[in-house]
Amino acid sequence: MGKLDSKVPSGPLADKWTKHKNEIDLVNPANKRNIDIIVVGTGLAGGSAAATLAELGYNVKTFCYQDSPRRAHSIAAQGGINAAKNYQGDGDSVYRLFYDTIKGGDYRSREANVYRLAEVSTNIIDQCVAQGVPFAREYGGLLDNRSFGGVLVSRTFYAKGQTGQQLLLGAYAAMNRQIQRGKIKSYTRHEMLDLVLVDGKARGIIARDLVTGEIERHSAHAVVIASGGYGNLFFLSTYCMGANVMAAWRTHRRGAYFANPCFTQIHPTCIPVSGDHQSKLTLMSESLRNDGRIWVPKRLEDAQAIREGRLKPTQLSEEERDYYLERRYPAFGNLVPRDVASRAAKERCDAGYGVNKTGEAVYLDFTSAIMRYGREKALTSGMKDPDEKTIRELGEKVVENKYGNLFQMYEKIVDENPYKTPMKIYPAVHYTMGGLWVDYNLQTTIPGCYAAGEANFSDHGANRLGASALMQGLADGYFVLPYTIGDYLSDDIRTGAIPTDSPEFEKTEKEVRERIEKLMSGRGIHSVDYYHKKLGKIMWNKCGMSRNEKELKEAITEIAELRKDFWENVKVPGSPDSKNQELEKAGRVADFLELGELFALDALKRNESCGGHFREEYQTEEGEALRDDKNFKYVAAWEYVGKPKDSKLHKEDLVYENIEVKTRSYK
Amino acid sequence: MKLYLKIWRQKDANSKGAMVDYTLNGVESDMSFLEMLDVLNEELISKGEEPVEFDHDCREGICGTCSLMINGRPHGPDSMITVCQLHMRSFNDGDEIVIEPWRATAFPVIKDLITDRSAFDRIQQAGGYISVNTSGRPVDANAIPIEKDKADESFNAATCIGCGACVAACKNASAMLFTSAKVSQFALLPQGRVEAAERVQNMVRQMDLEGFGNCTNTGACEVECPKGISLENIARMNREYLSATLKG
Repeated sequence: MGKLDSKVPSGPLADKWTKHKNEIDLVNPANKRNIDIIVVGTGLAGGSAAATLAELGYNVKTFCYQDSPRRAHSIAAQGGINAAKNYQGDGDSVYRLFYDTIKGGDYRSREANVYRLAEVSTNIIDQCVAQGVPFAREYGGLLDNRSFGGVLVSRTFYAKGQTGQQLLLGAYAAMNRQIQRGKIKSYTRHEMLDLVLVDGKARGIIARDLVTGEIERHSAHAVVIASGGYGNLFFLSTYCMGANVMAAWRTHRRGAYFANPCFTQIHPTCIPVSGDHQSKLTLMSESLRNDGRIWVPKRLEDAQAIREGRLKPTQLSEEERDYYLERRYPAFGNLVPRDVASRAAKERCDAGYGVNKTGEAVYLDFTSAIMRYGREKALTSGMKDPDEKTIRELGEKVVENKYGNLFQMYEKIVDENPYKTPMKIYPAVHYTMGGLWVDYNLQTTIPGCYAAGEANFSDHGANRLGASALMQGLADGYFVLPYTIGDYLSDDIRTGAIPTDSPEFEKTEKEVRERIEKLMSGRGIHSVDYYHKKLGKIMWNKCGMSRNEKELKEAITEIAELRKDFWENVKVPGSPDSKNQELEKAGRVADFLELGELFALDALKRNESCGGHFREEYQTEEGEALRDDKNFKYVAAWEYVGKPKDSKLHKEDLVYENIEVKTRSYK
Repeated sequence: MKLYLKIWRQKDANSKGAMVDYTLNGVESDMSFLEMLDVLNEELISKGEEPVEFDHDCREGICGTCSLMINGRPHGPDSMITVCQLHMRSFNDGDEIVIEPWRATAFPVIKDLITDRSAFDRIQQAGGYISVNTSGRPVDANAIPIEKDKADESFNAATCIGCGACVAACKNASAMLFTSAKVSQFALLPQGRVEAAERVQNMVRQMDLEGFGNCTNTGACEVECPKGISLENIARMNREYLSATLKG
């Protein structure tokens, strides 16, 4: 298994990263000026990598499909970023963050990578504060923290409900500084359509200028894929509309293995679907589970009365409510990890306790928190015997201060006031743990091609903990990749600029043009969205929160049929030589139609339940996930060989030397 | 609901545009405004016509991509939201809705309702950052305590999403609210004070070069800003600018 060498350095876990940094080759500053790097995607991982690489002296070209790097979807991350600072003195440490992340990922991630992530997490916070990221502070002027799912400490740093925005603007600012210095050339409204390999090495990309339609060749000594996750495979998700897998999938087709595609995170607290016209789903941050309690009615008839509008949730007494997370998982309560919380919501709704018209919603209730905060505020303000109404008003102010923008967002979408009536929530696709397989250096199986952030598979195993995506994106971009890429590039100091007129560029460009032509030549009547929605339905119904062999097999066949129909019939209006949003969408959906099949195959072959991957055949009597460490303690890395369903499986065995592999329990 | 839409159509930057009328049936009140346009586009595609192009991405009010002038107001009739957060329940059956792109010399139209806002990027590139090395070893994050009020004020300025509604709302197409928000975020923090004078001068210089108009204190920008960025930021930037040039 030569190609799947994880390249994890030897030595004790806590020393691996330092030792590795000391031993890998460096490129001297003068030589860095002769080396070009392409970064695809400008979210937290791509933006931070681009800024740091440019600062080190490399010539960087960034590509994003948005009109500005600042708009990448990292911007929408709400809750926070984890770091093992232990500012709260609650016993946190690098080891604990490492342990929580491995356990949260249900023992399906690589020890050494996760330890490094925990190790550099503290640098990220220092870095961001130095950059002027306005994190929340306490009255003493020091940084504030809150708690997230799956952990028992408060290690999450935040900026109200806009942490992703503030961190991304920090990375964007760092990029801007390098753009001004001429070290980064930023290509906006550009999309990578293919990867160019020369002598087996990644040496450039073919991109399309989305405004003019022009097909461009860009060369470099290394290519970094930081294009995010592939949750839009499901059509409805919390991803932005443009999020896509094209850069990663084209890289996969050129030889990079794709790891654990079926590991998808379904986030428990999103605003439920309201109708067929729906284009996207909106997340309500996990931080709300710090103060919100999740429940459904205890009695089926009450749930039905609520669905029919005959009963209001506020009319039900405490005894008539089933706080099912607190009941099932007393130790973690409402703060169980996302996969557990999502499945529990589905279980209650499937059993008939759902509380909206479609029966697919549960309550997230802030009454207890409002009253608790209100009482505390009244006491500290010196009020004696305040009445219920005053307490509620005071408490609502405290809650508004903490989550105001989220409550406002909810009210705008649902047209209900969440201070007065509990929020309705339901799980939705939110993040993909799977992605391009990378080694310890974040290099894919293609030499010179790296993957960072959500686009790689490396750190979250089968389930990601809250506030860890921002941490991983910035860790990869600011602190890992800039070091590890030098080890590879040290061989390229004499190579000189990579020409773009080689036969390899010629051939790849030709293939890209033929593909566009084919997309434009569909003879049918249906739009791209028609196919995308159909794919989304197959994925959600057969590869969603719970999966079984029969339906996964059906999904594989149905997706292949849909793909055939798509390529023959999809209707793309307009011309390829100008701005054409339908053509952009068509290219992205074409790749989802291939990935979907591989996704189902991966889920079918993993005969166990772990993290976000729940196979109905493998569960305990209590309905908890039943892992099979004997047979499936590996990373499934898929090699492209032609059709997705014929993909070849390579296994990277996961070795746990520093952690005891246990059954995950949050009871 | 049945709606009568008047939408700006323009083939590309070099072509002349015009308003085109569309009648749309079957609009539901819990659709978002952009979902209503999705429905229109599906209809157009099925009729073999080119869909209306508009910028949008996150559809949850944070990326700042969507940018429509609706009945003469940036982001439409409701306050404190972007177009993607606007729902059709704000309209009535039989309404006529006029939809245009941002109108500003510094934001040229690319196609239909899409404009080029890269001028904003260039203003940020001129100085919208603190010059610290990202791969360096800065001091511990808690080594610099910052008063909560100051930190909150800085955060409020930093919540600008760069959508350009302030420019679109302004009769002079001024970018003062946008530029001042970034200047303020850093001016309010001790980390940002070091380069404050240089920053404000560079950013204002770039803003002027891009062809944005002057500020005449009308305050329309603040009213239409989906994030409620305060006019106080403009006052702060003016102070910063004045003191920087006097020190000069």
